[in-house]
Amino acid sequence: MTNSAQYNIKAIRNDFPILGREIFGKPLVYLDNGASTQHPVQVINAVKDLYEQNYSNVHRGVHTLSQESSELYDNARVKVRGFINAACVHEVVFTSGTTESINLVAQSYARPRLQEGDEILITHMEHHSNIVPWQMVCEQTGATLKVIPISDSGELEMDQFHAMLSEKTKLVSVVQVSNALGTVNPVKEIIDAAHAIDVPVMVDGAQAIPHMPVDVQALDADFYVFSGHKIYGPTGIGVLYGKEKLLNAMPPYQGGGDMILSVSFEKTIYNQLPYKFEAGTPNIAGVVGLGAAIDYVNSIGLSTIAAHEHGLLMYATSKLQAIDGLRIIGEAEQKAGLISFVLDAVHPHDIGTMLDGEGVAVRAGHHCAQPVMERFKVPATARASFAMYNTFQEIDVLAEAIRKTIGMFS
Amino acid sequence: MENLRDLYQEVILDHNKNPRNFRKIEDPDGFAHGTNPLCGDQIDIYLKIKDGIVEDVSFEGAGCAICTSSASMMTIALKGKSEADAEALFNSFHHALTEDDEYPEDVPLGKLKVLTGVKDYPVRVKCATLAWHTFDAALKKLQGNVSTE
Ligand SMILES: Cc1ncc(COP(=O)(O)O)c(C=O)c1O
Repeated sequence: MTNSAQYNIKAIRNDFPILGREIFGKPLVYLDNGASTQHPVQVINAVKDLYEQNYSNVHRGVHTLSQESSELYDNARVKVRGFINAACVHEVVFTSGTTESINLVAQSYARPRLQEGDEILITHMEHHSNIVPWQMVCEQTGATLKVIPISDSGELEMDQFHAMLSEKTKLVSVVQVSNALGTVNPVKEIIDAAHAIDVPVMVDGAQAIPHMPVDVQALDADFYVFSGHKIYGPTGIGVLYGKEKLLNAMPPYQGGGDMILSVSFEKTIYNQLPYKFEAGTPNIAGVVGLGAAIDYVNSIGLSTIAAHEHGLLMYATSKLQAIDGLRIIGEAEQKAGLISFVLDAVHPHDIGTMLDGEGVAVRAGHHCAQPVMERFKVPATARASFAMYNTFQEIDVLAEAIRKTIGMFS
Repeated sequence: MENLRDLYQEVILDHNKNPRNFRKIEDPDGFAHGTNPLCGDQIDIYLKIKDGIVEDVSFEGAGCAICTSSASMMTIALKGKSEADAEALFNSFHHALTEDDEYPEDVPLGKLKVLTGVKDYPVRVKCATLAWHTFDAALKKLQGNVSTE
C-alpha cells in the first residue's frame, strides 16, 4: 500500500494482456514471476514491429532492412549499458540467458586459469546453473568447489565466507537474490572482501535485476549476469556484463561468424568486444524485446517497482504467517520479491495443483536449488513470487486459496 | 477448487493421510528406489516374493498426495498376485492414465479406478505412476538376478 497514490497499478496491469485471462473461470493471479515474468504490449509490439517493418540479419548487409535491424540491435545494447551502468557498451555481451553467461565465464575465464589446488567459492543457495558449470570446470582442471554455508533463516554465514576466502580462491560466484529463499545477499561486502586479495567476483543477478536498481560499477562486480525473460523480456536472451580488461583477456567461447575479423586457414583474427563472444546470427528479436522491456521498466522506475514489491512482500508475509500449519522457508532480514513456503498437511505439488484451481499460478518444486531443499529438509516448496503488476488483493486470493487447500486436505 | 474434487477424491485423500503398508520390509527379495526429480518425490519399494506370488509389498518415502495414495493403493492391489498378473495390472493402470482409448477390460482396475482422474492433469501422471514404475524396477531386478544365477 506504499505509494499506492502514485503507483498506477491499473495502468500497469492494462499493459499486460495476459493478465486479463481466466483460469478455470477465475481471474488469473500470476505469482510465478520468479520463473518467468509476463510481457507488456510495449515488448510484444517491439518484437512484432521488428518482424513487420525492419527485420533482416544484422551487421552484414548494406541494404536498408539490415541497417535498420542493426541499429535496433545496437541500440538495445546501449540501453542495457545504461540500465546496469556499465562503463562502456562493449562490456555488454548478449547470450541466450543467465545459464549461458555463467557457462561462458566458467569455460573462457576460469578454465584456462585454474589448476589443482585452486578454489572456486559459491554459496549453498545457488541455482543449479551457478553450481554445475563450476563442477564441470573443476572436473576439467582439478580445482575444488567450496560452498559458503547458510543459516536457518536463509542468510549467508558471512564469518565463514571471510574464513574461506584465501589465496587459493580464484573466483567467487554468488547469487544476488536467491530464487528459492528470496534472500538478498550482501554482494558489495563480498566483492570488497574478495577484491582486497585480488579475487574477481561474478554476480548471478537473474532474480535481482527485476527487483532493484543495479549499478555494476558501484558494486565493482567483475561479471554480472541475468536473463531477459525474468524482467518482462523474451526468452532466449540474456546478458553477460564483464569488465573490459577481463573480457579482453579471455579466449572466445564459441567459434563462428560475427566473432572474427578475418579468417584464413593459416590464421584467424578474433573480432573485438563484444562480438568476440557473440558467434553466429544472434537472437535479434530477443535483443530488441529486451531493449523494449528495459524501456518499460525505466518508464516506471525500478525504485518505484521495488517499493511496491516490498509492500507486497510485507503484506503477503504477514498474511501467510497467520495461516496455521504454514511455514515460510527463508526468513532473511533482507528479502526481495518472493515467499517460499510449505504446509504441514499438503505436499507442495498438491498445493500447486489446488491453487491453480483457484486461478493462482505458483511454482512447486525444488526451484533448481536442490541443495537449498536439502538444507531445510524439505522435498520441495511452493513459491509465490511477485512482479510490478501484482496487487494486494491478489495476495488475499492467494491466502484464501491456501486456507481452502488446507481445509480440503485435513 | 471444487473442480479438483475429481482429482482429489475422498479415497485418495484418505490413503494420503493414512497410507497402507507404509513400512520397510527387512530382508526384502526385491527393492528399488524411485524419484521424480520434477517435484522431489522419492519412493522406496520393498518386495517379498514366494513361488512367483507377491507375498508382501510395502513402501516408504515422501511424495505428494497423488504419489502417496497411488503407492498405498498399489500395495493393496498387488498383494497375493502372481508376478505375471502384477505386470498385467501395471500395464492396464498405465494404459488407463496415459492412453486415450479405453483400457483393456480383461485386467480390471478395481479400486485403482479412482486414480484415473489424474489423466486430465498430464503433469501429475508421473506422480501416480511413480510407485508402479518403481515396483516394476524392483521386480525386473529380481527376475534379472534369478535368471543369471
Ligand atoms: C538465481 C537464478 N540463477 C539462474 C537462473 C537461470 O536462468 P535461465 O534459465 O534464464 O538461464 C535462474 C532462473 O530460474 C535463477 O533464478
